Amino acid sequence: MFERAQAILIKEFKQVLRDPRMKTVIFISPLIQIIIFGYAANKDIDFIPTAIYDKDNTMESRGLIRDFTYSKYFIPKRYIYTDIEQNNLLDKGLTNVVLHIDRGFARDLNAGKDAEVQMALDGSDSNTAMIVLNYANTIMSNYQQVLIDKQRDSLGEMSSGAQVDLRDRAWFNENLISRNYYLPGVIASIVTIMSLLLTAMAIVREKEIGTMEQLIVSPLKPLELIFGKLLPFAVIAVIQASLITTLGVLWFHIPLRGNIILLLIATCTYLFTTLGAGLFISTISATQQEAMMSVFLFYMPTFLLSGFAYPIANMPQVIQWFTFLNPMRYFLVIIRGIFLKGVGIEVLWPQFIPLLSIGFVVIILSALRFKKRIA
Amino acid sequence: MSVIKSVNLTRKFGSLTAVNGLNLDIPEGEIFGLVGPDGAGKTTTMRLLTGILEPTGGEAWVYNKHVVKEAEPLKENIAYMSQRFGLYEDLTVLENINFYADIYCVSGKQRSDKIEQLLGFSGLIPFKKRLAGKLSGGMKQKLGLACALIHTPKVLFLDEPTNGVDPVSRRDFWKILYDLLKEKVTILYSTSYLDEAERCRRVGLIHKGSLLNCDTPDNIKSQYNTKTLEQAFIKIINEYESGHK
Repeated sequence: MFERAQAILIKEFKQVLRDPRMKTVIFISPLIQIIIFGYAANKDIDFIPTAIYDKDNTMESRGLIRDFTYSKYFIPKRYIYTDIEQNNLLDKGLTNVVLHIDRGFARDLNAGKDAEVQMALDGSDSNTAMIVLNYANTIMSNYQQVLIDKQRDSLGEMSSGAQVDLRDRAWFNENLISRNYYLPGVIASIVTIMSLLLTAMAIVREKEIGTMEQLIVSPLKPLELIFGKLLPFAVIAVIQASLITTLGVLWFHIPLRGNIILLLIATCTYLFTTLGAGLFISTISATQQEAMMSVFLFYMPTFLLSGFAYPIANMPQVIQWFTFLNPMRYFLVIIRGIFLKGVGIEVLWPQFIPLLSIGFVVIILSALRFKKRIA
Repeated sequence: MSVIKSVNLTRKFGSLTAVNGLNLDIPEGEIFGLVGPDGAGKTTTMRLLTGILEPTGGEAWVYNKHVVKEAEPLKENIAYMSQRFGLYEDLTVLENINFYADIYCVSGKQRSDKIEQLLGFSGLIPFKKRLAGKLSGGMKQKLGLACALIHTPKVLFLDEPTNGVDPVSRRDFWKILYDLLKEKVTILYSTSYLDEAERCRRVGLIHKGSLLNCDTPDNIKSQYNTKTLEQAFIKIINEYESGHK
């Protein structure tokens, strides 16, 4: 039994390693992807181009502006003097934010009245706008605090009673670097697409060139064929995962706090599901083109509903139920848990069980379907 | 002893009947030519008899194995070479042969002897290390045959193996087949070349899934009083078509 599977396995490796294009796809493209994603998957927002529209032009207004522009978040890109300019800048996207201080700001402030400041921002990218708004609120509340303290001083009051002081500490990703959160996910997504694509293509290619028919008339058993076909790509996927993990840790300084062996086991467990899906796709595709299309049809929902970019908790309930069938969902929790939290199997086992079950079901169903096709 | 036997073998694809009530009886050591126009049902017949396609009606045995119930043991004794034998073009000649030797579990001295013999009679020794994709069409077919013969099959199914192959390579190919016949190998050979059909011990004319005539080339010619098989076959097909109008 093992001899024949081994023959296929060796043949598969020979074919992959002989093809220079394939070698590039397998070993170079994941590295390029991780480098690009490593720099691009960065949701930290700073140096926001800001336009200053100061109609008041007093010591107080300039003080507020200074508070904004001395933070690393807002950089004054231009100073404007009319409403038309303000609309124009936002329409053309030349600045994301306009800080607008109306005439009378200092007067109101000094008279003890509520003074108003307007911030106009480009809401077309709602995520960014929310974050910018947060920064602005923080700066404003600090400004306010200073005002209150000053008032108190001038009234000669002693520092008054208790205050609640919230000091936030982010655990696991102390500086809230979004790259640390995204890169483990990128590793998962590269492993997914590569293992899916390589498996489906390798099997369908044999159909296309006619060797599949030749294998079917041989005494080769379907299980031997499946085993010989899947194992090489499992090995390749593990090598890829190791390469990109190394690069992520050494180049992007992603913390890898957990057990590497557990990471490896998790990756292998996850590969069950993707290789099984690749096998399934190969049974429904007659040509490599069809296989490629099906892989992307399968990959897109897997990726979008995995919690990679959009939190699953925010999805409608029905879609959340769907995500329970998505193996990538569990793998992401595991891989982030191992990388950032350094937790072990004692915490992650509830993720391993569904992952293993899905993998088992997918691979058995695909193998059965494959067998039917072969007969 | 009949090596290939079919009784009312039928295969339908939806409303299309690809093979219609085929009765074949081919004794050991015979080369039987399956002749007919494209789409006549030759390939389907081959697939039914090699156990890779299930019939929708009738039964067949090859080398005493039922093609449905004993499909797996059947495969040990047969070889099937489809129209375009699937070679791994990115592997060398020797790697291709070795791969099939592994698949058929041919090992030890038997393996090295067989590979040497196959490379020898197919004239591929000088090209051992060449990638299969870099071979000429005729050499590819010979390599395909060599791969198909690695496990010394008792029954050989050849589906238009010399399609698009030059005359010299075709002659070489037939030399190999004659050697196999001496070793009592039974061959079912489908072709659309009638000069090849002439070389077969018996030929069966298949048209629209039905076997219209089955005899030695000489008998067919004298029965229809023609000089060539081609003329005889045209007569047979015309007769069939006028009878089915």
